[in-house]
Amino acid sequence: MMNNEPIIQIKNLSRAFGDILAVDRVSFVINPGEVFGLLGPNGAGKTTTVRMLAALLEPTSGEAYVAGFQIGKEDQKIRRKIGLLPEAPGLYDALTAEQNLAFYGAMYGVEEISRQIKHYLEFLGLWNRRHEPVATFSKGMRQKLAIARALLHEPEVLFLDEPTSGLDPQAARLVREFIAGLKGEGRTIILCTHNLEEADRLCDRVAFVNGHLVALDSPKVLRRKIFGRKVVFHLVEAKTEFTQVVEPFDFVSEVQVVENKILASVEDPEKNNPEVIRALVEEGAEIQFVGELRRRLEDVYLELMKSAEGSNNG
Amino acid sequence: MDRIRAIIVKEWREVFKNKFVFFTVAFLPLMITALPLGMIYFATGSESFAGVTAADLPPQFSAMCGELSGGDCMMYYIVTQFLLLFMMIPVIIPMTIASYSIVGEKTTRTLEPLLVTPVTTLEILVGKGLAGIIPAVSATWIGYLLYAAGAHIMVDNPAVVGKLFDPLWMTAIFVVGPLLSVFGVSIAVMISSRVNDPRVAEQISGIFVLPVVGLFIGQTTGFILVNQQFILWMAGILLVLDSVLFYFAIQIFQRETILSRWK
Repeated sequence: MMNNEPIIQIKNLSRAFGDILAVDRVSFVINPGEVFGLLGPNGAGKTTTVRMLAALLEPTSGEAYVAGFQIGKEDQKIRRKIGLLPEAPGLYDALTAEQNLAFYGAMYGVEEISRQIKHYLEFLGLWNRRHEPVATFSKGMRQKLAIARALLHEPEVLFLDEPTSGLDPQAARLVREFIAGLKGEGRTIILCTHNLEEADRLCDRVAFVNGHLVALDSPKVLRRKIFGRKVVFHLVEAKTEFTQVVEPFDFVSEVQVVENKILASVEDPEKNNPEVIRALVEEGAEIQFVGELRRRLEDVYLELMKSAEGSNNG
Repeated sequence: MDRIRAIIVKEWREVFKNKFVFFTVAFLPLMITALPLGMIYFATGSESFAGVTAADLPPQFSAMCGELSGGDCMMYYIVTQFLLLFMMIPVIIPMTIASYSIVGEKTTRTLEPLLVTPVTTLEILVGKGLAGIIPAVSATWIGYLLYAAGAHIMVDNPAVVGKLFDPLWMTAIFVVGPLLSVFGVSIAVMISSRVNDPRVAEQISGIFVLPVVGLFIGQTTGFILVNQQFILWMAGILLVLDSVLFYFAIQIFQRETILSRWK
């Protein structure tokens, strides 16, 4: 497979359980080395999509290719190329950390399994606990061990379903840092999460799904598409007449004064801000600093889901 | 083969940490071996066998005794009575192990990460099956050898003890025993797919031990004569049953079914 070809291609993928359509004609591509977020409410079909891509469930219709292999037809080949961290770690409690990994090493036919086990247990800070039964592990330790299990065979594609769910902030941060490290290794990661801040921080692109595909792009582009770009001018004193200085520009829309700030939607802040700043200074404004109002991905999510519901109802 | 071996080792590491499973595997064969040995011990000390003639025994059984005297034939009758009891070991042990193994995977949600690996359904099933069958068949064979050794020590006539190694016993222990294990595992796989508690799976599976218990009772009450022909029939029927049940067990044990329907 050529490096510039998508590592995952989904075309009109659907999956029904009886009368319930869990995934409805979803299409997208994921590029090699990308961290791709799959976001949506509960029951939106995220886990079903991941399970189809992981060759665990067959699609009702449509097709998908993972690492060049078609799901439903070349499942065994796909299984060698992927790693999965399911929502529940699903470890064998009676076995030690090392025995758990050794078992999965055998399932994947990993050569030099001892070296791989040592590498990942050391990397995740579990090497000193390798002889202890998993039953004695904390939730965070289990999650780390499950991540090690998913990586043991060095998969090209890694599916992470709610990797930080239920973890305390410290453990969650550790897992997030680890995922960020994996991104640096050039691995393709598909991240299903409800934690939008996490997705914002880690993902190159995100897909919002709700049975069907609602939106797909980088968090930055989605923000701009939905909310535009708002620039905040912090002034010593924000007078209402300053709005009249800013409003006439063609590239400015929606100007507001909030406390000592002027908020303006600017088409291309990098290009247009100097002109606005010049005009404000000429008018006597004392500018302390200028920044961009950063909308959270959560706002994007809520906005998208609201319009998706609206279009479904309407 | 590496995957099957890894599954077997993993299953043993898991299920034998469960005290109930461990005691079933360890004590059932011990009990089934000790019981007939105790009976033989008391029978050999009894004076009442001295006057026994072939006419005191079921006629079909007398025919199996050949040259043995009436007392020895009675002793052989007692020795053979426990053959079907031994047949309970290979059916109960794999049922217990397989029930705990499969239901355990469901309740601890370990199936999904396992099914995402390149392991095949057949490898999983064979691995899990052998994890139950190997200890069961080993326990049956060890129990049988201990029984034969004990009988050899306690029974004076070597011809009677020699009967424990005739084709009837050999077929029962070395053919019917493993076939019963496959039967037990297949039943446990099918039942375990529908329940969420290993004890429930075991109890329901236990219903399928009843025919063996029934045969044992039928034999001790004289309704059934366990001879070579009977054992061969049993082997033939089990072979067919095992093939059908194993086929259904594989059908039930599909990745798709396990993930979407096993609740």
